[in-house]
Amino acid sequence: MPEEELKVTKIRQGTVIDHIRPGLAPLVLKILNIGRGFPESVIVAMNVSSTKFGRKDIVKVENQILDEATINKIAIVSPQATINIIKDYQVVEKRQVVLPEELIGIIRCPNRNCITNSPENVPSWFHTVSRSPVKLRCHYCEELVEQDEIEIYEG
Amino acid sequence: MGQGWRGRDLISIRELDREAIEAVLTRAKEMKADTSLLRGKVMASLFFEPSTRTQLSFATAMARLGGSVIGFSGVEATSVVKGESLRDTVKMAERYADVIVIRHPLEGSARYAADVAEIPVINAGDGANQHPTQTLLDLFAIERFLGRIDGLHIGLIGDLRYGRTVHSLAIALANFEGIKLRLISPPNLRMPEKILKEELAGQVEYEEREELDLHGLDVVYMTRIQRERFPDIEEYEKVKGAYVLDLEACRQLKPEAIILHPLPRVDEIAPEVDELPQAKYFEQAAGGVPVRMALLSLILGGG
Repeated sequence: MPEEELKVTKIRQGTVIDHIRPGLAPLVLKILNIGRGFPESVIVAMNVSSTKFGRKDIVKVENQILDEATINKIAIVSPQATINIIKDYQVVEKRQVVLPEELIGIIRCPNRNCITNSPENVPSWFHTVSRSPVKLRCHYCEELVEQDEIEIYEG
Repeated sequence: MGQGWRGRDLISIRELDREAIEAVLTRAKEMKADTSLLRGKVMASLFFEPSTRTQLSFATAMARLGGSVIGFSGVEATSVVKGESLRDTVKMAERYADVIVIRHPLEGSARYAADVAEIPVINAGDGANQHPTQTLLDLFAIERFLGRIDGLHIGLIGDLRYGRTVHSLAIALANFEGIKLRLISPPNLRMPEKILKEELAGQVEYEEREELDLHGLDVVYMTRIQRERFPDIEEYEKVKGAYVLDLEACRQLKPEAIILHPLPRVDEIAPEVDELPQAKYFEQAAGGVPVRMALLSLILGGG
């Protein structure tokens, strides 16, 4: 086991989100709605070395097996992230994140004049145009949004 | 032909393929006043901001086909000032009418209205986003005066950054064969990179220029450069002067070329140019009526 891995405590049971783009772990927490009041232990590691990508972030969520729809939202900010399901300290399942075709109510449209940013109370809705690189188009105002322009709603 | 149009919405030029565009243009060419075609049909004209040509030409189109129009222009006299939501306004209108035509200052409002309404919705302009019937009448003018769209060399001139008409027209032209675009604008008003890369590249041949070079063009499509796009008034005056189509500039034109403009024009086309045989912008605007007649008749399925 590489030395860096040892810096991050193992979990007995739960979900490990690995290979998150360095610095983006806070966004992953936001997507997973992990914040004040979250009942389980969460371990966050940022900028640890990675053989594949140089640097990466890791998020470990104890006692929770995240469902596929939730996991796939992580692809919005980190399409190369991998998911490990842990039972008794062992990886029992590995999954890749897959950006969903539709994203509703997750991302703020960067177009300030879009109806989803108005008092009309319309949730944002994006269609995936491309997965790599990530490109999304607003269902309403048709703004094309690229990876670096993505803004996640505050939880 | 045009079967695919019955009962559908028209929100964005992006959802139209060549076949759908041609169905409208062909119908528009054959269109004659016939007050039996849409007799008894009602169009709800929801103009949350005023417009001259679009609103009048939709109303004229409906009248020439025997239908009637309800609605408003500007929100002062409506429940919108009392805080009624767009959703509720649309829900109400769909119970009175057979088709909704909407203009609204928010981008995406027309798509939202179409999602809310069970009846067809036509976008007559949603903020800076889309105005697809303008694009259809631009294409109608090109085909009417030049007999074709394929293989033409088209110059888009002026504010290519914020101008929704030039964005939509360029995207629509990507459906046709052998189109060459010359994109003429000041550097700060270039066509957005995302449109160039994502929607034009590989579909049309294009070049970008700063100088007003009209040589070899079949279509000269002028647009207005707005003062509010420039932080510095001197810079604006300089740029504005460089993109004026006057008699001198028109000497570069081929005899069979045409000049188009979505109107209203301010001073980017000198008034004396109106007399040239190439000046087609008023006839282009007149095409708004047959194009909107064609759309309404195709969508409402009156034959």
